[in-house]
Amino acid sequence: MSQGFLSSYAPILLHLVLAAALAAGLILVSWLVGERKANPSKHTPYECGMPPVGDAREPFAVKFYLVAMLFILFDVEAIFFIPWAVIYRDLKMAGFLEMFLYIVILLAGYVYLWKKGALDWSP
Amino acid sequence: MMFAQGSFYVLAAVAVVSALLVITRRNPVHSAIYLIVTLLSVALLYLQLQAEFIAAVQIILYIGGIMVLFLFVIMLVKLDVALRQPPFNQQWWVAGAAALVLAVELVGVIYLGRGTAALPQAPPGSLQPNTELIGRTLYQNYMLPFEIASLLLLVAMVGAVLMARRKAS
Repeated sequence: MSQGFLSSYAPILLHLVLAAALAAGLILVSWLVGERKANPSKHTPYECGMPPVGDAREPFAVKFYLVAMLFILFDVEAIFFIPWAVIYRDLKMAGFLEMFLYIVILLAGYVYLWKKGALDWSP
Repeated sequence: MMFAQGSFYVLAAVAVVSALLVITRRNPVHSAIYLIVTLLSVALLYLQLQAEFIAAVQIILYIGGIMVLFLFVIMLVKLDVALRQPPFNQQWWVAGAAALVLAVELVGVIYLGRGTAALPQAPPGSLQPNTELIGRTLYQNYMLPFEIASLLLLVAMVGAVLMARRKAS
């Protein structure tokens, strides 16, 4: 029953299997072929430059949290495109104009964010 | 049918085990990664129910969006203290007992009600591609709410910026 339906997702499964096999294969090959001479500095994440000290999870400025929130908002926006894109041809001009208005309203938000400097990635 | 049942049990087991790992790991980043596994297996369960759109929403919004938010919170908050504290307080067994009672009750109701309200088999081929159905309903019958949703997102953007500004100053 659902087998025919799920088999249309077989290419994605194949893709995942290939990606996992590639990642595992590369690690395996570098482990088999590579030379291993351990010394303390080799066990640090970077062999040159500043010695990394402490935890990577340093608390950072709240303003970066804004970026995450805006990402979610645009993520929600993007979700609405999926059912629209599936039946895009059936909706004809009405669907196009509808989505156009939707994008224009959100574009106003984007321009607002840009003008406010909310997207500036400077600390 | 065998394949469907087998994959359901595998996915359900993965979801339950990774959900248990989410609440028992000390390191919040590990918890977050196990939460991704849980959400992904739930998404695959949706896919098995032929709810393609829900599966896509689950992956794009929950795994892509909400998890980013979670990780940002993990990075924002100083969690060195949390790593050294016991993750459960004294009342964990009360909650566990309550959950167990609820589970027994639920299983009992399903088991006893099996005869009176038998679940009908879905007739093959009756399920329409639901992404298209959602699209048709959303973009033909509910045009106005859809446009209002964009206004809602706009308001959320402005609100997020205003709140972040106030916090910064």
